[in-house]
Order: sequence, then C-alpha cells, then structure tokens
Amino acid sequence: MGTKRHFRVWRGDDSGGDLQDYQVEVNEGEVVLDIIHRLQATDAPDLACRWNCKAGKCGSCSMEINGMPKLGCMTRMSTFEENETVTVTPLRTFPVIRDLVTDVSFNYEKARETPAFAPPAGVAPGDYRMQQVDVERSQEFRKCIECFLCQNTCHVIRDHDENKHAFAGPRYFIRAAELDMHPLDARTDRREYAQAEQGLGFCNITKCCTEVCPEHIKITDNGIIPMKERVVDRRYDPLVWLGNKIFRRGQVPQTFVTSAKHGDAVHSHGAQGGVHSHAGDSHDPAAEAQAQAGVNWHREVPKPTAPAVDDNGKLPLTELTFDRAAAPSPFGDDVTFPLPPEHLNFAHPEQDKH
Amino acid sequence: MTSTATRPRGARARAAIAAKTLRTDRWWLAPLITVVGLGAWVAYATVRVFMHKWYWVDQYHYLTPFYSPCVTDRCVEASSHFGSFLPGWWIIPDAALTLPFLLLFRLTCYYYRKAYYRSFWLSPPACAVPDGHKTYSGETRFPLLGQNLHRYFFYAAAIISLINTWDAVLAFHSPKGFGFGLGNIVLLVNVVMLWAYTISCHSCRHIIGGRLKHFSAHPVRYKAWTGVSWLNVRHMQLAWITLGTLALTDFYVMAIAAGWFNDLRFIN
Repeated sequence: MGTKRHFRVWRGDDSGGDLQDYQVEVNEGEVVLDIIHRLQATDAPDLACRWNCKAGKCGSCSMEINGMPKLGCMTRMSTFEENETVTVTPLRTFPVIRDLVTDVSFNYEKARETPAFAPPAGVAPGDYRMQQVDVERSQEFRKCIECFLCQNTCHVIRDHDENKHAFAGPRYFIRAAELDMHPLDARTDRREYAQAEQGLGFCNITKCCTEVCPEHIKITDNGIIPMKERVVDRRYDPLVWLGNKIFRRGQVPQTFVTSAKHGDAVHSHGAQGGVHSHAGDSHDPAAEAQAQAGVNWHREVPKPTAPAVDDNGKLPLTELTFDRAAAPSPFGDDVTFPLPPEHLNFAHPEQDKH
Repeated sequence: MTSTATRPRGARARAAIAAKTLRTDRWWLAPLITVVGLGAWVAYATVRVFMHKWYWVDQYHYLTPFYSPCVTDRCVEASSHFGSFLPGWWIIPDAALTLPFLLLFRLTCYYYRKAYYRSFWLSPPACAVPDGHKTYSGETRFPLLGQNLHRYFFYAAAIISLINTWDAVLAFHSPKGFGFGLGNIVLLVNVVMLWAYTISCHSCRHIIGGRLKHFSAHPVRYKAWTGVSWLNVRHMQLAWITLGTLALTDFYVMAIAAGWFNDLRFIN
C-alpha cells in the first residue's frame, strides 16, 4: 500500500522553467526513478528524463535530488521521511535540453581530446600480457560508468562556467591516471598532458567528486592526488629542475608522434566550426614547434556529431512528429559506419613509417 | 519537413534554477566543526608557543613537542638537546627551527587543504553548494602553486618525527636514573600517532611506491605501498588525532611543569 508524497520537479528548457509540485504515490522498495516514471504515467506524460538500465550501471539517470547529484535509480525513497518534499532538478553544470535531460557533450569533447591508449612497441595486438598487480590501479578507474556526477558536482566548472575550456574534470583526470598507471601504455607524457591541457592545477582536492561517485571510485585519493604528485615529479620538484638546468637534460621524452597531417583529415560534418584544437585557438609558435617535434596536443580532432533535431531544435520522439518510421540515427542520418579511419582520434605509434 | 542531418548547435543555457542550493541536509555542519576545531587548536598552540615557560619537566626530562628542539638562549640548559643558538627575543618560538616546517607540512597536506578550502575559503563550502568567490583559478598560480612543495615538507616532518622520538626516549628518566610514568605513555602515544600521520601522507604514498608503473618488478616497495595505502585511507582521522595528542601532550607537560598535579609514576 503506497502513500502520497510531495515532489517538486524542475520543468522547462533552455529558455526557462521552474519547479512544479506533484503529489505522487510511493510504494515500498521504490527509487526516485520509479517515481519519475509514475509521474510520466500519470500527471506529467511529457516529462523528459534519460534512463536506461535502472541498476546503477548505465549512468543515464543522473539528476540532482534534494540538491545532491545522484543517480535516480540508486536513490531509495526509504531514505526520505514520509512527509519530506523531494526536489528533483537537472544537472546544473550542463546546458539543459528539456526537464531533467541535459546536454553532456562537454564530457564527450573532453574525452575525445584525451589521447587514446598507446600500444607498446614491438608487441602485436593479442600478445599483450600484464600482471594483475600491475594493472589493478587502472582497473579501479575502469569501473567508471560515465554518469558525469563528478563532472557535475565539481565546483571548478559548476560555479565557474568560464573554466570549462581549460578544465577537463575528474572523470578525465582518472582517465589520464588510468593510462599513466597502465603497465602497457607506451606514452610517457600523460602527466604533462594532465597538467598542461586538462587543467589538473585547477583541482583543489575538495573531494566532492569522490563523494558523489556511485561506483565508489576513490577519484581524489587514487587518481587526482597521484597525478598531482606525478606532475610534481616533473614540474615542481626543485631538485629535478636544478638537475635539468645544470646537466642540460632534455625535455620530456617524446616518443610518440601524432602526425601534424591529422590537421587536414577532419570530420567532414564539422564544416561549420566543427574542427577544434586541444588548446583552443592556439597559433603559438612554440606549440607549432612541438607539433613538428613530437606529441601534438594541439592537433585537430573531429567534433562529436550532434543529434539529429528538427527545426525547433528538438529530437523527433514519435512517428507522429517524424516523417518516417522508426527512430532517427543518434549520430545523424548523414553519418555512415564504419567511419573513415582518419576521423578517429587515434594515433598509431608507427603511423609515420607506413 | 524534419531534417535529420547533423547540424551545429548554438550554445544552450543551463537550467534556470533560482535556489543557490537545494540541499536540505545540514551541509554547513562539517565546515563549522572544522572552523571551530582548527580555530581552537591554533589559538591554543599560539598561546603556548609564545608563553615560553612550562615546557620542560626537569625531574623526568619531559619536553613538550611544541618546544622541541629548544634552540633559543631562553631554553633551560637540560632541555636543549641540540644546543641553543638563537636569540631569546619573545617573538621567536623556542622551536623556531621545526615549527615553521610543521606548519607548512600541515598547511600543504592534502587533507587539510580540503578542510580549509571548504570551511575557511568556502571554495566550495560543501558539495553542490556554490563557491563563495566570483572567479577561481585553483592551484594554478602563486601562492597556491606552492602546495606542490608538500613532499619537501614531508621530508622535513619525517626528520622532526625522529627528533620527537628521541625526546620520548630521553624522557625515560627520573632523578634516580631510569624512570617510567604516565607522562612517558602520553609522549609515546603522541610520537606513534605523529609517525602514523606523517607516513600516511599522500606524498609519502607516492614516493614509497605510487610512482612505479610496474609493481610486479618491485615487490618490496609494493608491500610498503600497500601498507602506506592502508594508513593513507585514515589520513583525515590521523590528522585530527594528532592535533588532539599534540595538544594533550603539551597540556600534560605544562601541568606537570607548573605543578598543577603530579605525574603518575610506575617505576621510580
């Protein structure tokens, strides 16, 4: 036997909106996402909400419940008092599309900018061998379900939107850490990348990312702080700095070349400003020199494709509002698979030899 | 006609939510406790450091950690184990060689950074509660860039822990020779906790083994890293416990030195 509970749900889109009140039935054992579904079935059939697995594994139903970033499917109604008002709002850090659905493409852009796993030289794919003890630290970060709650709660971008350009966020710091700690990753510049391109220095380790992680990844203690210490090894260690000055030791070993010829092989659909560089609009000669000499962080990578939308900027959700049967491709109907290889953000270590 | 081709999208706005935070729990409690706790401790420590008395129990050789090592002219001769070479101007703490490093070690500590950025600097006061500042550059510029020097203060703190250990060993003393009292237990517990706090430091965890790429090639360092990691999880608790043991040890030595009560002696 259920009880009626008071809910406030944010309704609206990027042109505005407000919190609306609902009285919804709540039964034993239910989670917040169940209540959102009941709302869709009763009072608010047009309430937009992203969800998929209802098991805390797909990372779709990220929302803010009573002001805290949480997964709707993992927040039990039994954690609230019976007379407590439950307020559900979309993620604050990302632009809203409608109701509880936000545009999280910021995260996908940062993901594309992060250099992929670099295979070890001289080992054929299929021959990769590693010991469990070596790969264990990286495996913790592989638990990430990309719900982006950490990205949403991080005050560096949540409260300061202007930092989005320079700051990749906790999810991509643990990606950098995962690859830097990976026993077979051949790149040696992950920490420089984290510091110079991802904006690791912006993090002031207030640990909110760890607090909200539904997978309980120790983002700060096991990912960000070790990366900060690795950066200290290279950049802020006065003894190392002095040694480099005295012995004129070279810069960072740059073993991998991401060819500058990537520049002209860009995603064809990104014609209108679709191409971007890791460092924004840098025409810095030093960056150019680096691009010639070694790892090119400033190379251009394809922009993520935007979903196919109608003239009002909305996804055609039903056949009634769409001109053909079945759902449109989320990549846009003009994108065909497999993608041409030059559209992938991957640099083979020996690509220049072929 | 609906177009399904991909198209560049204009910048969208965030959801217009009027409330600064919608959190309903007592998110302000933790920062408040931190402010009260750290504030009280700093006040106590400042008073004690500039008191310049009641730091040494001559009978049992108890020396408070706030005055260790005692290096100014003011120091009682028996208490200055490393000589006294600094002038006795009141503004110079008697442990002027160690206190600045201990302060910097704790100021740059990854746990204390979280604590004071949240509670004193309100950046942010709690998760999903707005930052108290208009702009934010984090630890990318001077002076906060200096937080990266934490590991050097860790090295200093390790040396200072050795000195504190030496003080605790010398304190097994009585006028008859060897002695053992409640004060020794207080000093020992303090030293053990100081070591635990120092070793559980994130920089220590990195130096011991965290920086390695292949644990399998360094089994001993991996073992050590595992141990430090176990302690590191408790770094916050140890940070607060050591503030407690430091203040308690100092207060105990002060009370004995001032003659407020007598040390409970087990042997001599």
